[in-house]
Amino acid sequence: MNIDMWQTFKSVFIAIPTGLSITFRYLFRKPVTEQYPKVRPKFEDRYRGLHYLTRYSDGSERCVCCGLCAAACPADCIYMECAETPSGIRYARIYEINELRCIFCGMCEEACPEEAIFLGHEFEFSSGDRDDFIYTKEMLLANYDKIEKERVAKRIKPMIRQERFQFKKPAAPIGH
Amino acid sequence: MADRETMTLNMGPQHPATHGVLRIELDLEGETVIEARPIVGYLHTGIEKNMEAKTYTQALTMTDRMDYLAPLSNNLVYVQAIEKLMEVEVPIRAEYIRIIMTELTRLNSHLVWLGTHALDIGAMSMLLYCFREREKITQMYEFVSGVRMMASYFRVGGLTDDVPDGFEERVKDILDTFPAHIDEYEGLLTDNKIWRNRTIGVGVISAEDAIDAGLSGPNLRGSGVAWDLRKSKPYSIYDKFDFIVPVGKNGDCYDRYLVRLEEMRQSLRIIRQALDGLPEGPTKSSDGKISPPAKYEVLTGMEQLIHHFKLVVHGFQPPVGDIYHSIESPKGEIGCYLVSDGSKKPYRVHFRPPSFVNISAFNKLVAGRMIADVIACIGSIDIVLGEIDR
Repeated sequence: MNIDMWQTFKSVFIAIPTGLSITFRYLFRKPVTEQYPKVRPKFEDRYRGLHYLTRYSDGSERCVCCGLCAAACPADCIYMECAETPSGIRYARIYEINELRCIFCGMCEEACPEEAIFLGHEFEFSSGDRDDFIYTKEMLLANYDKIEKERVAKRIKPMIRQERFQFKKPAAPIGH
Repeated sequence: MADRETMTLNMGPQHPATHGVLRIELDLEGETVIEARPIVGYLHTGIEKNMEAKTYTQALTMTDRMDYLAPLSNNLVYVQAIEKLMEVEVPIRAEYIRIIMTELTRLNSHLVWLGTHALDIGAMSMLLYCFREREKITQMYEFVSGVRMMASYFRVGGLTDDVPDGFEERVKDILDTFPAHIDEYEGLLTDNKIWRNRTIGVGVISAEDAIDAGLSGPNLRGSGVAWDLRKSKPYSIYDKFDFIVPVGKNGDCYDRYLVRLEEMRQSLRIIRQALDGLPEGPTKSSDGKISPPAKYEVLTGMEQLIHHFKLVVHGFQPPVGDIYHSIESPKGEIGCYLVSDGSKKPYRVHFRPPSFVNISAFNKLVAGRMIADVIACIGSIDIVLGEIDR
């Protein structure tokens, strides 16, 4: 009985004022919400958004169409067809990423041995048509030229700076 | 009375308080629940089957999507199972970062649980406060891995990459601000009369019943059984840390709430200790057959480039055999049973999801109670349907 009375007393005279004071205090604090469409959110350096294909400083494409990104992709969203220039340089004749299948895991940029493909910070690419999500090579390169070039110049992608890790040569050759 | 009869009420699968697409068939007599039958399968995505068609590294991305509130716990159980099978040694720095990230994951999961559970019972502002704090943790995810939810940050033999500069400061910031927020939640709920009336004595399950039903995690500890895999069967480097396993007494919704709040405090303790002891060093296994070489070496060395190609295309081949490994996820014991036939793809992967086992005891919680308590019980056992159906 005594415990019950104490509990009732506590909930009326202590707990309710305590709870109300917590919510009341928030009236005078700055809101934590972001005004998204008006203010663009800031992303961390490693953020994985829309892909882009990079270029060498002379403007030629880095991608040599080795197919490693397609092999690493868990969602099978990368398709490519190879070709060679008259001088014998391989390049991707067709390079397509289906952004609807893509799960943005970043395994393509981890796999790429040429630093050709990365996931950038672009995220506003919605559309009402499914065909618009098949990103061709031209679109991915344009993404680099227009948006991502400046960021790449700073070399802030994590893959490129792995100073801490010391690679040891394996004792026996890999594979089967 | 002769005209008494039971009514069968269908609750869900589209119901805001079932935390996903859970369907429950309720046999009612008036407002009293006679029997509750959870019916699962509405979110079946074939994750386990899909994993058989991918290499071990690729399949890791699917584990994120099971319990999407605790993606890194799922990553951890999967990579540790493979590491156990292949007897890979993980660098100590990677282990510490794994611990910090999985304990942040525990906070993340418990925050969503607290917010939605309180919202179901009628405390609207809790959801807003909890998601505000969760935002900091998802920001941490984005900071280290690049994605706010589906991190896929762990790899067999270590991590994708070392944490960026400024990691310690940001974790410290969370550690410094978080205890005050937990006090806030307690101030709003613990002594609140409505909260107490809705949770005390509701959804009671005794320790024997809980063990018989195979419950784990906070649901089991709420009934007074101090079973936590981090203490009872230490994996990773949990034996190095000093923390207590909170237990309840009555096994009702209120005790489970207290247990989870205390667990958040203990998680903060573990993170603090791990951060203080965070050593320098590599974050990937030095075994070249498992971890690909560093990117700058791939770009400069022919031999490393060939290794890199072999590892991405063929992956690694664990020896023939099977393994079971389990860890303490925020929801309970998550286990991974893995069968390898010696190829680059797993022959079979099976998960023991804590939510699935916990929901199986649902009838014991609600039978004989009022229909409004069903909502409190669903919230209290903390299920994620992505994990139940896989």
